[in-house]
Amino acid sequence: MASLLRFRKLCYVEPAVSKCSFLSVDKVIKKHDNQSCIPPPPPPPPPLRKITNDGDKRKVLRRRRDPKEWRCLDWCCWMIGYICTTWWLLLVLYNALPGFEVPESPGIKLKKEGLTPLHPVVLIPGIVTGGLELWEGKPCADGLFRKRLWGGSFTEIFKRPLCWLEHMSLDNETGLDPPGIRVRAVPGLVAADYFASWYFVWAVLIENLAKIGYEGKNMHMAAYDWRLSFQNTEVRDQALSRLRSKIELMYVTNGNKKVVVVPHSMGVLYFLHFLKWVEAPSPMGGGAGPGWCAKHIKSVMNIGPAFLGVPKAASGLFSGEAKDVAFARAMAPGVLDSEILGLQTLEHVMRVSRTWDSIMSLIPKGGETIWGNMDWSPEEEYDCDPTKTKYIQSALTESSQSTNETDGKLGFKVKDPVKYGRIISFGKTTSQVQSSNLPSFDPKEISRGRHQHKSKSSCGDVWTEYDEMSRESIRGVADNKAYTAKTLIDLLHFVAPKMMRRSEAHFSYGIADNLDDPKYSHYKYWSNPLETKLPDAPDMEIYCLYGTGIPTERSYVYRTSPTERCKSIPFRIDSSVGGSGDGCLRNGVYFVDGDESVPVLSAGFMCAKGWRGKNRFNPSGIPTYIREYKHKTPAFFEGRGLESGAHVDIMGNVALIEDVMRVAAGATGMEIGGDKIYSDILRMSERINLRV
Amino acid sequence: MSILRRRKGPEPPPPEKTHENEIEDDKDNKKKHTSPSTEESTKKRGGRFSCVDNCCWFIGCVCSIWWLLLFSYNAMPASFPQYVTEAITGPLPDPPGLKLHKEGLVAKHPVVFVPGIVTGGLELWEGKSCADGLFRKRLWGGTFGEVYKRPLCWVEHMSLNNETGLDPDGIRVRPVTGLVAADYFAPGYFVWAVLIANLARIGYEEKTMYMAAYDWRISFQNTEVRDQTLSRIKSNIEVMVVTNGGKKVVVIPHSMGVLYFLHFMKWVEAPAPMGGGGGSDWCAKHIKAVMNIGGPFLGVPKAVSGLFSSEAKDVAVARAIAPGVLDKDLFRLQTLQHVMRMTRTWDSTMSMIPKGGDTIWGGLEWSPEEGYDCNLKKRKSNSSQVVDQNGTVAEGCTTKKAHYGRMVSFGKDVADAHPSAIERIDFRDAFKGHNLANSTCDDVWTEYHDMGFAGVKAVADYKVYTAGSIIDLLHFVAPKMMKRGDAHFSHGIAENLDDPLYDHYKYWSNPLETKLPNAPDMEIFSMYGVGIPTERSYVYKLTPTSECYIPFQIDTSAESGKEEEGSCLKGGVYTADGDETVPVLSAGYMCAKGWRGKTRFNPSGIKTYNREYDHAPPSNLLEGRGTQSGAHVDIMGNFALIEDVIRVAAGATGEELGGDQVHSDIFKWSEKIKLKL
Repeated sequence: MASLLRFRKLCYVEPAVSKCSFLSVDKVIKKHDNQSCIPPPPPPPPPLRKITNDGDKRKVLRRRRDPKEWRCLDWCCWMIGYICTTWWLLLVLYNALPGFEVPESPGIKLKKEGLTPLHPVVLIPGIVTGGLELWEGKPCADGLFRKRLWGGSFTEIFKRPLCWLEHMSLDNETGLDPPGIRVRAVPGLVAADYFASWYFVWAVLIENLAKIGYEGKNMHMAAYDWRLSFQNTEVRDQALSRLRSKIELMYVTNGNKKVVVVPHSMGVLYFLHFLKWVEAPSPMGGGAGPGWCAKHIKSVMNIGPAFLGVPKAASGLFSGEAKDVAFARAMAPGVLDSEILGLQTLEHVMRVSRTWDSIMSLIPKGGETIWGNMDWSPEEEYDCDPTKTKYIQSALTESSQSTNETDGKLGFKVKDPVKYGRIISFGKTTSQVQSSNLPSFDPKEISRGRHQHKSKSSCGDVWTEYDEMSRESIRGVADNKAYTAKTLIDLLHFVAPKMMRRSEAHFSYGIADNLDDPKYSHYKYWSNPLETKLPDAPDMEIYCLYGTGIPTERSYVYRTSPTERCKSIPFRIDSSVGGSGDGCLRNGVYFVDGDESVPVLSAGFMCAKGWRGKNRFNPSGIPTYIREYKHKTPAFFEGRGLESGAHVDIMGNVALIEDVMRVAAGATGMEIGGDKIYSDILRMSERINLRV
Repeated sequence: MSILRRRKGPEPPPPEKTHENEIEDDKDNKKKHTSPSTEESTKKRGGRFSCVDNCCWFIGCVCSIWWLLLFSYNAMPASFPQYVTEAITGPLPDPPGLKLHKEGLVAKHPVVFVPGIVTGGLELWEGKSCADGLFRKRLWGGTFGEVYKRPLCWVEHMSLNNETGLDPDGIRVRPVTGLVAADYFAPGYFVWAVLIANLARIGYEEKTMYMAAYDWRISFQNTEVRDQTLSRIKSNIEVMVVTNGGKKVVVIPHSMGVLYFLHFMKWVEAPAPMGGGGGSDWCAKHIKAVMNIGGPFLGVPKAVSGLFSSEAKDVAVARAIAPGVLDKDLFRLQTLQHVMRMTRTWDSTMSMIPKGGDTIWGGLEWSPEEGYDCNLKKRKSNSSQVVDQNGTVAEGCTTKKAHYGRMVSFGKDVADAHPSAIERIDFRDAFKGHNLANSTCDDVWTEYHDMGFAGVKAVADYKVYTAGSIIDLLHFVAPKMMKRGDAHFSHGIAENLDDPLYDHYKYWSNPLETKLPNAPDMEIFSMYGVGIPTERSYVYKLTPTSECYIPFQIDTSAESGKEEEGSCLKGGVYTADGDETVPVLSAGYMCAKGWRGKTRFNPSGIKTYNREYDHAPPSNLLEGRGTQSGAHVDIMGNFALIEDVIRVAAGATGEELGGDQVHSDIFKWSEKIKLKL
């Protein structure tokens, strides 16, 4: 305030300054930065005093003469006012104008066709998209009772970042609440209709369903705390019991109509867990007995399912770095990538996200059988530049003469396919050379190394488990090695033993040899489709609905990070490798087809092969359908697009919404057209040598 | 535009040498010779631009200050307001939740909240084109922005079908679900939020707290027919009992929720097609206690005036939000008529018409509350000084008693007159006459427009209406509404409760026509505020204006004179003791007498407790709505009440709480009521 006054006085005092119109300001700013109008200049020197008085008088006179004189402050205000007014005018115009030609929403279209609500709908949100609110906190979170910590505007991250991180973390040992902190899922449709106020998740689907008559009584959002392991949501919140009772209630109150379940992303695994849980006997399961699913569920429409995990989860857990499963980055990439807080943001994020058990449900499952080993991978023929090759191919067919260039390129591709099987490799060459040239990997060896070299950390508090590792063992991890989906688990065991100990209690990543083995009745296998049988419900239908046509992270090139600082993550994705010439390698990441988060392989394999027909994973022969949605990049004014195939944006895809609504209104998979496939999923699945 | 031109305008003129120039440095020089030219340019254009520029300047100023304030507000630590309050008023007492947490109480019984009328949020699921963009936005509750933006559209969407009492065609408005349904009514106006926050302190959370939100506009049975609300409540209570290790629930209904839950308790045990089929011991198995807050068991007089002329002070609900707007004819149209048309389609308001007729509410000559001294409070505060005077005045007051039994009377003289002096002409068979002004009333329609002048006159000629004849009066003035009302509610007293007639759902929300469930271990609490003058009966007059208006109006000029100190008439309304909305009689009678011990209404002898909370207005502005308030909604922030609720939720019984806690004359009044028990 004082400086403001001084500044104003100065403007009064010096006639020249007083007349500082925008123009003079412009020039002044250009020339000097000290004595301009903007920063208050030092008080005028004593010899000026008389003159300033003089000037003052003149000033007053002039002000009387010309009240419209402009001063700096005025100029600023004027500017702001001008901008605001223009903005508001535009806003009013925008609101007043009839909207752009919006294509008819599927809800209205189907209403005209005469569809009415038939089956109750249960929506199951995925990881990240569900809101979390505070029920009990430390003093630093005063005033946030029942306010959203996750979802909404995220203002608290910026206001009190450390406090926020503390409250979002779980206990590193138990994976449950830390003492004195209770953060709970927001219930109801509001839990995940919008993630942030402008970023829809379920809202579009809900609105369209409402158009044909759905409402609160026949639409339910099964919100759960997505940080916990699935079984723990039952232990702590009884979320599974509540879901069961909700489904039963909706079944009864809607005239004994079975429900249509629509899980998204990780919700798919959660619901898989639920299907097993509900029929399992009582202490561990829901005790509803076999036949519950057959009686209550019409179909499960998995959107963007991560059945077999996502490679992103691995890199996220390994170095906190995947492009957006290391979720917090999605919100504010700039803030988190740079070290703007003066702290190691990434390390913080990693510390918090490693306490979230649920992420571990997304670690790639099925090992080398599914994801490929050192030398092969099911996707190896995938072409990263489809547009270019298509063009080339069409050119080839049109004019049967081919140039050397295209020949060479195609030849190169066939000769040297990308080795997607090496999910993490240290150095670009490691990711490409023949496997015989790689040092052999022995998990026992490195785990022994860990015990030997346990260093006394001098870094004070232990943040991530990397702080407990010695440099030697880190080097041991990195020594020109490549890790496949199978050895990846060992690697994670090595770098984060505590986390993986929790994970082992709740999740499993293998393939069952004999599904009737009694050990598979333990809940840790329930969310792995390769280690459970589907329920006995031949009338049920399972859909895999997902987007394709977007490059999706599949494997990573790593390097050790050069910093020797405490509390830093010793590994980094080597974003310097890869470029336009390298095909699928870009910024240290190999890409394949997918929906930006989940590769086609993970989303489609179970429906394409693992559960197709009657087989050991699907003993009752539940029909499965694959519905792919080709990604179309939305035009600028379209927002997030009506035909997007991206992992979350697909929830606004009109074709997908129409499919969901038709099924909810009673259609079967055959009636909506059976399979609809754009990708190579069937061929890839054939290549996977899994006994079904 | 102007920027560009101005920038071009000034060409550097030859530098003027004034005496200041010599001292000032080069930079100032530059500034100097640019400025005069600017001045010129402004002058040249002055007339055209100055206004716009000034406007912009002003807006800019306002915006900047606003942002600055907003910023500093956001940057302010959250505990700051509390700090200031404490600095001024001294340390606040611990909130009850914290206090009891320190005592070691932990969450035990799951808690079910049943919100009352008005306080629950409603959101739009399907609407007419005028409501575009409001999908799943709150029409009721929240900011009420839409009331101002598109009032007619709003009224249309809030109304129900006048014949069926259900949704009109093409409109679906549904209750908000979850705790958010009624934690805050409007931003800053808490309803359940304080209670929820305090319960959370001892460990309650979403899984052990459930808000039984329902559409409070429709009749109780229709919430089941349309939304299956009762089934949902049943299923939710069952889940909570199972998932919390078999602990029974504590139910906390508020206001009309009390009647709703009474209905629920009958519904859940009744056999399947009409009821929930839960079997005759469902309540005994699932409910530990029902803690009724401000329960209008026997109805509220306000409901009558609300339905009759939509004038009561806040059951004619919308007025509560924007009294200024609704009282004046801001929309140039008949706001009150719109409100009336809307509220008369809400069946639920009829559940609160006074029940029990003259037996409970008093006849022409007597009423249970007569002798109540309206200025008790004032005198209490004076008592230390003038004890003697006090006594005499009080005596003088009792001689001049208000005839509360005459719930609606036309003219103050009638309200005061001796019963034999009133001449009444029966209105029941009177010819209603024809409405001549049918077309002139625009689109506003209340049933008064179907009633001719003769009908209006007949109503006024009957002069005095008691609780019994009120029902007939409403039948006369609003036959369609009451036809719906008759199908869903009953307002009488049962002679023989075993009569199979009483199996019908319309009796379930009337405590005088139902038996309590067979659950001897259950407890029923009646918790309500006392010490606030509460509307009890009205003085009406005919409206002088034309046919398009509501023909009756509260005669606000009817005041008790200065000399009649202690009389309760004020602004045309006689007030009695209560919580500002519900008179003590209605809130307390059932627990004080009707259900006390084993009676025919309470065959299994469920224990009842009366807990009254004397109203103490907040001592200063900083306290907000007070921690000792007894007002109908503000009582939800009353620390004593919250403490009682938490103790019971944590396992205490009514005896452990201290049994009855009575400040009013409820036991005396109950004795006066001659009801066969």
